[in-house]
Amino acid sequence: MIPENAILWAIAIPLIGSIGILASGKSPNLREAITLITAVVMFLVVGSLTHVITGGGRPSVSLIEVFPGIDIKFTVEPLGMLFALVASGLWIVTSLYSIGYMRGNDEANQTRFYFFFAIALASAIGIAFAGNLFTLFLFYEALTLSTFPLVTHHGTPEAKKGGRTYLGVLMSTSIGFLLLAIIWTWNLTGTLEFRPGGILDGNVEGPMVGVLLFLFMFGTGKAALMPFHRWLPAAMVAPTPVSALLHAVAVVKAGVFTVLKIVIYVFGIDFLSGSGANVWLMWAAAITLLFASFIAMRKDNLKARLAYSTVSQLSYIVLGAALATGASVVGGGLHIAMHAFGKITLFFCAGAIYTATHKTLVSELDGIGRKMPITMGAFVIGSLSIIGLPPMAGAWSKFHLMLGAASADQYIFIFVWALSSLLSAAYLMPVIARAFFQPLPKSVGAAATGEGIQEAPLFSLIAISITAAGTFALFFFAGDIANMLAPLAASGK
Amino acid sequence: MSVLLSAHLPALQVVLPLISAPLCVLFRRAGATWLIALIVSWASLGISILLLEQVIANGPISYLLGSWAAPWGIEYKVDMLSAFVMLIVTSIGSISMVFAPNSVNAEIPEDRIYLFYTMYLLTFCGLLGITITGDAFNLFVFLEISSLSSYVLISLGAERNALTAALRYLILGTVGATFYIIGVGLMYQMTGTLNMSDLAERLPAVAETRTILVALGFVTVGIGLKLGLFPVHVWLPNAYAYAPSVVTAFLAATATKVAVYALLRIYFSVFGTKIFAALPIDEFLLLLSLVAILSMSAVAIFQKNAKRLLAYSSVAQVGYMIIGISMVSVTGLTATILHLFNHAMIKGALFLVLAAVFFRIKSVKIEDMAGLGRMMPFSMAAFVVAGFSLVGVPLTVGFVSKWYLILGALEKGWWPVAGLILVSSLLAVIYFWKVIEVAYFKERPAEIGAISEVPAVMLIPMWVLVGANIYFGINTGLSVGAASAAAKLLIGGAP
Repeated sequence: MIPENAILWAIAIPLIGSIGILASGKSPNLREAITLITAVVMFLVVGSLTHVITGGGRPSVSLIEVFPGIDIKFTVEPLGMLFALVASGLWIVTSLYSIGYMRGNDEANQTRFYFFFAIALASAIGIAFAGNLFTLFLFYEALTLSTFPLVTHHGTPEAKKGGRTYLGVLMSTSIGFLLLAIIWTWNLTGTLEFRPGGILDGNVEGPMVGVLLFLFMFGTGKAALMPFHRWLPAAMVAPTPVSALLHAVAVVKAGVFTVLKIVIYVFGIDFLSGSGANVWLMWAAAITLLFASFIAMRKDNLKARLAYSTVSQLSYIVLGAALATGASVVGGGLHIAMHAFGKITLFFCAGAIYTATHKTLVSELDGIGRKMPITMGAFVIGSLSIIGLPPMAGAWSKFHLMLGAASADQYIFIFVWALSSLLSAAYLMPVIARAFFQPLPKSVGAAATGEGIQEAPLFSLIAISITAAGTFALFFFAGDIANMLAPLAASGK
Repeated sequence: MSVLLSAHLPALQVVLPLISAPLCVLFRRAGATWLIALIVSWASLGISILLLEQVIANGPISYLLGSWAAPWGIEYKVDMLSAFVMLIVTSIGSISMVFAPNSVNAEIPEDRIYLFYTMYLLTFCGLLGITITGDAFNLFVFLEISSLSSYVLISLGAERNALTAALRYLILGTVGATFYIIGVGLMYQMTGTLNMSDLAERLPAVAETRTILVALGFVTVGIGLKLGLFPVHVWLPNAYAYAPSVVTAFLAATATKVAVYALLRIYFSVFGTKIFAALPIDEFLLLLSLVAILSMSAVAIFQKNAKRLLAYSSVAQVGYMIIGISMVSVTGLTATILHLFNHAMIKGALFLVLAAVFFRIKSVKIEDMAGLGRMMPFSMAAFVVAGFSLVGVPLTVGFVSKWYLILGALEKGWWPVAGLILVSSLLAVIYFWKVIEVAYFKERPAEIGAISEVPAVMLIPMWVLVGANIYFGINTGLSVGAASAAAKLLIGGAP
């Protein structure tokens, strides 16, 4: 398949699959088979582009000119390639997991669930391959809207409330700030194209660079920079597969991907670091990074704890973008993949625990490690990666990010990252300690459930094992990914 | 024959609905009168398309009624702007008429249905007349034709409140028309002419006089009353809420748009942009519209009746159009004209959905719409998509309008204005989402019983409009092309 067609197919396949899912709603087995096949085919199509990108190719295709000079346009470059690979690859695993989870919990409206999941994935790929700001914005909004029915899946008052926060924060930041920034950029430069080295250099100067950066960064609400992070914990009312793929991978990574993309291809890292407008963003990211960790420590609900951990980890990438050096943006790009594997494993575990025991609080997990050794073993692997310890994937991205801080002469942020590692250990380790080293509770109510606890459904266990293994394996492939991302560092020159 | 006919299309556009209205009174039978209204609407749509083609090919058309030479006789003038607005009016009319029979039969007593179609045709005629005429006094005549007949249309609403709503509209509408005619009278006194092009030539000589500035004030307030300009919009929410459903859809999508057209025409084709230097009415309008888009959107959030909610939203949306006018720039006017077209499709679609809802549950109170997401999936999906367009989600027409409006504000360096426009569209998310939450998240109380989706004859027109919302949101060539051509004509054509 020629690369240009592969781009369009990568977006079309999940859309076609979504129609198949709707049509086969009466027969769950067929419906899930369609989901799985769609996910696999999509991953293969996305994967077929990889060698083109590593070979230096930048395939590009324009669809329609919506406004004079503004097309719906797709261009694949290394960062988008990585994001697309991560999102589409993990969709396969999540689909496996969903089958176990949704059936295990007797969830209603499963057809609607799989349908919007496929639409959301098409939107994520659209963001990854967007060739200009307009196309990116289009799919960014599509992703918000298509995930709303997933967040509010249960239809309960809490789901409705969470959905309101979700939609409210994401829509108001994107319409209020991001759209304004995009139209402003168009007014300044006459183009919305993503170009290596940026498009703003020479078109805007002085404090206005900082204002524009402000609009772009807070406009990308999906990156969950405080104080616009509230949607992420609110979205945890969703079924766990949604939290896992969308709110640990696709949606949040779409946010930080947008941040990186704008810094690299709209501002240009040289222009941004030269202007000095990025300093406030470093601090905003550092504050979010530490604060969110503190909040995570105080959350007893496991999913909420993981959600705040995600907020914190996203700011690693925003901080990497803000440092605007070659090493830090490559580190940010790496962290998209590394954090994705680690965090999706943790969410899968949280969901498996819920499916098996209907427990959601950390304080209820005493001794559960003995009953669910596979699940909790994977939890350990995921946790180590989030903390950033070798031999897990998260170690490498953190290394590159710290290198970036050093090359930007901002040594303080090395300490911020080191401190953050300690904090993540402080909120993840107690979970493991309780699960493995505390005895099972003996009180009457819990004893009844304690006896009956067994491992999660098979499909879920397979998925958990795959992502845990991936977290480990990526430690050894980090070099290849960094090589693929290397052009990002050079793009400033 | 065809040459003869095509030369007389401008006259036919007005005469056809005018003579078929009395025909309806003669026939009196509901079915027959509907058929007449339907055929006339579609024929007028055909004429609009032909006229637009002629204008694109040969430039503006000047048609002398009865061959009396302008400026003594009445001149009909079709340029890019009027052809475009006629296209809006006739396409909404055509679609509403396809949708109408079920809804009208359910809401209006059978012995008055012929009156409905008669009055619809007269309103239709009046709106087209306003759009096509090149004569300031003739515009008043058509304004009155459309207004008087629309008072009747509104009073046909089933609730008794419809009568007071119609009366209030009648009083304020008459005040508006009177203000307009006083303004025109003052202009006539100073220039001795009523023909618009002629006025445009003669006004500059006397533009600084107090009489002309007073005339400008009177005309602005007069037309402002008709287009629902804040704060003289007070007639609009009740009129929209209590009118028969189809009437609301038709009027919301056309009547205010034609009034905005009249304002554009008088400002830019008669007075010219220089008048704003003498009287800063543009700044005055900007201020009013900013208050309108924020306060009216906020008021919409607290409505309990979905039709009223959308009515307040309309007042806010008209504010967007007026903001575009107040920019007095090509981009600003492009945004205004685009939004005429786009908002007609958005509100047309939304009100048709409400008509369908009323057809099934006999209410458009938001609380009564619980569970409709499941019961009327196609209608409510149409509501969702059209609502996205109202908010301005990309790939819908609402986004296109917003894009140009904000671009216009940024070109002027009006940062706060751009910000406020975006804030207002966030308010739109809130009020539109209120309806969605009830329809999709609340269960319909079991004791009321299930209802079914409306028939295809109602769904198809609704979805044609929804489809147009998306089609023209992606393929913006026609709408943006026509709007920017019209805008250039208005700005450049000023003396």
